[in-house]
Amino acid sequence: MRNLAIFVLGGAALLALPHGLSFSQQEILVFLTLNILLVSSYRLLTLTGEWSLAHVVIMGVGAYASAIYTKELGIWVPVSILLGGATAALLAVLLSFPLFRMKGFYFLIGSFAAGEIIRLLWKRFRDPFGGAKGIKGIDPMPDFSIGIYDFDFFEPISYYYLSCAVVAVCLWILWRIERSPVGLTFHAVHWQDRLAEASGVNLRAYRTLAFSIASGFAGISGALMAHYVGTINPNSFDVDLMVFVLTWAIVGGTATFYGPILGCVVLTVLNEIVLREMGFEQMRPLIYGLIMILSILFLPKGLESLVQKIAGKRPGKDTPERSPAQ
Amino acid sequence: MTQFLEVDNLIMRFGGLTAVDGLSFKVNHGEIHGLIGPNGAGKTTTFNMISGFYKPSGGQVRLRGETISGLRMHEVARRGVVRTFQHSTLFAEMTVMENALVGTHMPFRPNIFAAIIGWDRDDREGARARAREALEFFGLDHLRDEMAGELSHGHQRALGMAVAYASHPDVMLLDEPFTGMNPEETRRMMDLMCRLREDGITILIVEHDMQAIMGLCDNITCMSFGKFLAEGNPAEIRNHPAVIEAYLGGARHVA
Repeated sequence: MRNLAIFVLGGAALLALPHGLSFSQQEILVFLTLNILLVSSYRLLTLTGEWSLAHVVIMGVGAYASAIYTKELGIWVPVSILLGGATAALLAVLLSFPLFRMKGFYFLIGSFAAGEIIRLLWKRFRDPFGGAKGIKGIDPMPDFSIGIYDFDFFEPISYYYLSCAVVAVCLWILWRIERSPVGLTFHAVHWQDRLAEASGVNLRAYRTLAFSIASGFAGISGALMAHYVGTINPNSFDVDLMVFVLTWAIVGGTATFYGPILGCVVLTVLNEIVLREMGFEQMRPLIYGLIMILSILFLPKGLESLVQKIAGKRPGKDTPERSPAQ
Repeated sequence: MTQFLEVDNLIMRFGGLTAVDGLSFKVNHGEIHGLIGPNGAGKTTTFNMISGFYKPSGGQVRLRGETISGLRMHEVARRGVVRTFQHSTLFAEMTVMENALVGTHMPFRPNIFAAIIGWDRDDREGARARAREALEFFGLDHLRDEMAGELSHGHQRALGMAVAYASHPDVMLLDEPFTGMNPEETRRMMDLMCRLREDGITILIVEHDMQAIMGLCDNITCMSFGKFLAEGNPAEIRNHPAVIEAYLGGARHVA
């Protein structure tokens, strides 16, 4: 009953949220929603202990794929968004063959190289990727009406509602996966891969599984972005955004499901709204960096450790209770 | 008749060093078989080859006539040969129950689609029941919600075995299970191993604690410097001149 009340209140707050914001803030809100999916899918990969630097490029794979499907093949936009995610997941499976010959730091570097190769391919081939200028004039989501509300996708509010719904479903799936025996196996692969393997866990298969699921959801997030902005180019998915994803995950903390989301929300609000309002236009990256250093120094376990302290959980036991009972 | 578990002319070379050199022995179904030898004899290397952690340079390991050497570790495990590790290799950051649940990976293989929709409730309950059974067997049930890394050393060793036991193995490979246990814990663990044998689980054990080995094993293989030295029941091994020489040094070395 209490959970239901929180759920209803939270949903109402999310619905009401954009109406109190300016137009540019509403646009930021859409990106924030998509970035939440991006960073949450990234966390699924980090469950297995591997950190990739190709995640944003793979998000771009979803965006490019969805854009090309609608432009060249004339596929209906909602379907092509899902196909974009599927393409990203499939590409991740292919990439896993060379990449998962490596672990840890080597995987990090290898994934960075793989991502750059993909980006260079986009730049090199004007057909169908559009070269350095990218793809322009991507079909927007078709407008539709659900009776009580008319979705008009030139309005950021409408697109915010749509992406909220999609992201909520995706987050629910990610949450279910993490709480399941599959999620437990991801943790096992992370903490002691030898013992996991001795228990019959196919390490390569589980690493590939985590990588492709994470990539699939990143692809959906990228596809949603492509149809919102209407134009994508190789530089929309460069390493800058990857650094942002990493800072959200690190500042938020990756031990809990909500940690990276918290990091994403707090840092975005700080960067885009608070610092802008205070008039630090040019100095924003400087202050952003300072905040990051301070948070690593004084909150090494991330923002989530603060939440846990406030919620009165035992310190040190920051792994979530993921008893697969429920 | 095919042997249950057969090690046939196993060779392992690390560069110029031959750690295991043409080792052969057989393990009968349902027995506790000891593998002993002085330090550096190649016991753990042999273990690593049987369990698939190393790929042998030569020779074969056969389980019920099927060659399992050269398979990957999880493939060996899926054929029923499950190992424990020398040190307390556990998922230290996970609870005791979760450790045991990972052990149930093989009998209750997770299915991601069923898990998302929620159709795997029976499997999850079965896995929990099996995990709890394994924990109860090793007397760890009351520690279910503790972090594995915070257990005492004896409990950690027992948990390592519970994780292996949870997967319904045919053969358990135990790598020095008694290390760091006090005599009381050792005796209790020996009782548990006898009960495992009654369950029909074949145990291959590497151990330095001679009292435990002699009291527990049906058959013992002794190796030295990577080579087969002697085989027999505990009484035979105890009085075998080659074994005594390997452990204490030959008469010609004495003064």
